[in-house]
Amino acid sequence: MSMFRLIALAGLVLWLALPARAAIEIREVTSPGGIGAWLVESHDIPFVALEIRFRGGTSLDAPGKRGAVNLMTALLEEGAGEMDARAFVRARDALAASFRFGSSSDSLSVSARMLTENRDQAVALLRQALHEPRFDADAVERVRGQVLASIRSDATDPGRIAARTFDRLAFGDHPYGSAPDGTEDSVSALSRDDLIEAHARTIARDRIYVAAAGDITAEELGALLDVLFDGLPETGAPLPGRAEYGLGGGVTVVSFDTPQSVAVFGHEGMDRDHPDFFAAYVMNEVLGAGGFESRLMKEVRGKRGLTYGVYSYLYPMDYAALLLGQVASANDRIAQAITVIRDEWVRMAAEGVTEQELEDVKTYLTGAYPLRFDGNAPIARILVGMQMEGLEPDYVNTRNDRIMAVTLEDVRRVAGELLQPDRLHFVVVGQPEGLETTN
Amino acid sequence: MHAIRLAFLAFLLMALPTRAENVAAFTLENGLEVVVIEDHRAPVVVQMVWYRVGAADEPPGKSGIAHFLEHLMFKGTETLAPGEFSAIVQANGGSDNAFTSWDYTAYFQRVAADRLGLMMQIEADRMANLRLAAEDVLTERDVVLEERNQRTENDPGALFSEQRRAAQYQNHPYGIPIIGWRHEIEGLSKADALDFYETYYAPNNAILVVAGDVTADAVRALAEEHYGTLAPSQALPERIRPQEPPQRAERRLTFADPRVGQPYVLRTYLAPERDPGAQETAAALTYLAEILGGEGANSVLGDKLQFDAQTAIHSSAFYDGLSLDATTFGLVVVPAPGVTLAEAEAALDAALAEFLEEGIDPTLFETLKMRMRAAEIYALDSVQGRARRYGAALASGLTVQDVQDWPAILQAVTPEDVMAAAHAVLDRANAVTGWLERPAESRSEVSQ
Repeated sequence: MSMFRLIALAGLVLWLALPARAAIEIREVTSPGGIGAWLVESHDIPFVALEIRFRGGTSLDAPGKRGAVNLMTALLEEGAGEMDARAFVRARDALAASFRFGSSSDSLSVSARMLTENRDQAVALLRQALHEPRFDADAVERVRGQVLASIRSDATDPGRIAARTFDRLAFGDHPYGSAPDGTEDSVSALSRDDLIEAHARTIARDRIYVAAAGDITAEELGALLDVLFDGLPETGAPLPGRAEYGLGGGVTVVSFDTPQSVAVFGHEGMDRDHPDFFAAYVMNEVLGAGGFESRLMKEVRGKRGLTYGVYSYLYPMDYAALLLGQVASANDRIAQAITVIRDEWVRMAAEGVTEQELEDVKTYLTGAYPLRFDGNAPIARILVGMQMEGLEPDYVNTRNDRIMAVTLEDVRRVAGELLQPDRLHFVVVGQPEGLETTN
Repeated sequence: MHAIRLAFLAFLLMALPTRAENVAAFTLENGLEVVVIEDHRAPVVVQMVWYRVGAADEPPGKSGIAHFLEHLMFKGTETLAPGEFSAIVQANGGSDNAFTSWDYTAYFQRVAADRLGLMMQIEADRMANLRLAAEDVLTERDVVLEERNQRTENDPGALFSEQRRAAQYQNHPYGIPIIGWRHEIEGLSKADALDFYETYYAPNNAILVVAGDVTADAVRALAEEHYGTLAPSQALPERIRPQEPPQRAERRLTFADPRVGQPYVLRTYLAPERDPGAQETAAALTYLAEILGGEGANSVLGDKLQFDAQTAIHSSAFYDGLSLDATTFGLVVVPAPGVTLAEAEAALDAALAEFLEEGIDPTLFETLKMRMRAAEIYALDSVQGRARRYGAALASGLTVQDVQDWPAILQAVTPEDVMAAAHAVLDRANAVTGWLERPAESRSEVSQ
């Protein structure tokens, strides 16, 4: 990308299929410095919501440094440039700006809200946090203490134990197989140099995704992007490779003294760019994702009162894909809940969905989709997520057509391929009656 | 330096627009209060119906009945089968749910704006025509028991909080948990649910809030059509609960559970709430919570406990003035490794004493005022959030005028007001202090 390239408004102006006066116009903006972003301009409220992602996230921890990216990210707001942690927070609060830094297995995220009134100052401050974090010794120790407390709390949380156990069994040594915030030992051992290294590995120009929504023009956004990102390193650590799924069917019980067992279950899923993804999505909506209307909710909760909530969801990540679910039932009822869930897996794999179910789910999914775009903050989040998934802006116009194109036969075929009752694995944390770890 | 910064802030405060909220309010002849919030940015509408009844209005021995009834409201009417309500909402691309608090029970749907009439039709239907099958009631009671397992029995922090509230409110029913005590949930019946329903679910005990891509006139016409025909209750009880007497002695409790991963100290003081036409003290306490325990570096407790001395890894303060009767002002300190709960509490008390002596940094106070005002701008982004703000306030005894006055009342708060409120509330004789910890014998074990 040429440094001298002018802001290209890209000609690509798209309209979400909504009543005309509420249509959402997505513009692709490229800054003079070559950073791309998507913009929905809306001058109703005098602020802008900005969402930034750096692909890679906690999966870019250096070998032996588990938790470095998580701790580094938490320190971005703890002092930058000439400002120590107190001064930084004071400067931010004086502008009434909001910056949230987060990290996940696939990305490092920045969510910002800035008033139009003082946006330039807020952007300058955010730039400092991204470019010049100080990692002062006292701040490192303070935040390290918070991370360690969180790790200790997770260690006695049955839901967390279940999810961590499933991940470990599924992905082993791949970063997806361990807690992104690290262990007490790994976090305790991190040095300031490790944090500087984690920063260099993750925050780089070749992995940036940006979306903005609100009171800002394309020209202003272009300038903002260069203020934020000019001077960041071109590249960081190489992205991780594919994670091999290594778990077979069965049950793993983790004994934990608590009245209600929590189960996480699942097996391999489907990548977001798979041609059958929409059929799988529709199938799972009927199976376990559709609020009170899903088969799992009706069978496990509605008919039998075995749980307060049971869900299944497609979980495509950058380097693996899962079909996951969760349920919690009293220790003397969890075995029955699991039996019902298995039966539903078998039934769906064999029969697919009914014509009525397919029609209902299509109506719901296509009707609900435009309702998501109901504010600057949600719009910016959706737009940055689309970019991370490799979708085009035009997706907002074609998505409902793709849902409508799914046929009964598609769902039956994909259910038969995707759902594998004999590979379904349940990790159960609690004192479940009548359940034991299988081999 | 200070003078320059203050001048700069003053400029910003002038420059931030005060925005017309575009809110209309009216009352139908049968007593249903209606609030309409227009926001035409997206073709979405949120309908919320709030009943002025919650867990603090339950008959003795029937704790959990308000919440149980909330579940049962999805179990059918004369014309709708069990579950059909949510099925209709979903078939129209919408989502729906409900929630219960001590002071209110609320039901909501979020749908495309052109489906509002249908949503009103089915919501009005279940306001008057609930029909329950005995077996559905028993199955749903099991669901509620699993909900209690999930939210409370499986979470030592939630059990601790339940015990603390029970210690705080010795006379007022705020001391019972919203979901109910387990032994009382187990005994709740269909008759209990229907009694409660007949007594409290009526248009003259409800508030309809509609927010989104609608006009007040259109909402009025639809509301007249669907809700206007419902008869008001003639026997609605006056909303009078046993009030909490002044607390005269400090209360303390220690809750030990091997499932505690991270011990902490939590203290709540009995505190005044927002009252109609009298929200000034609550506004001052809203500032006090931010000043003492807002985000990290800029708060008094963060400064003294996490920065000056590394006694704590986390500290915060919380206060919610939306409450029909006396509310609480809370403080939390999570000690750093090697610091006992006794030491953490002592450090908290020392920090509070210093604060009461030193007062408030004027620059930080002006910053906070600016942030309160900016929060009003950011809040405009969420239609559902704005609907909740009105519904919760009206169900908690406030008026539309009180809601609209609140931002200006916040802007009028002075540091002196905050210090006066702090001196009045921050008294241990007026508080419950709780320690959440692991039992002594398991503290040395490695957590699993």
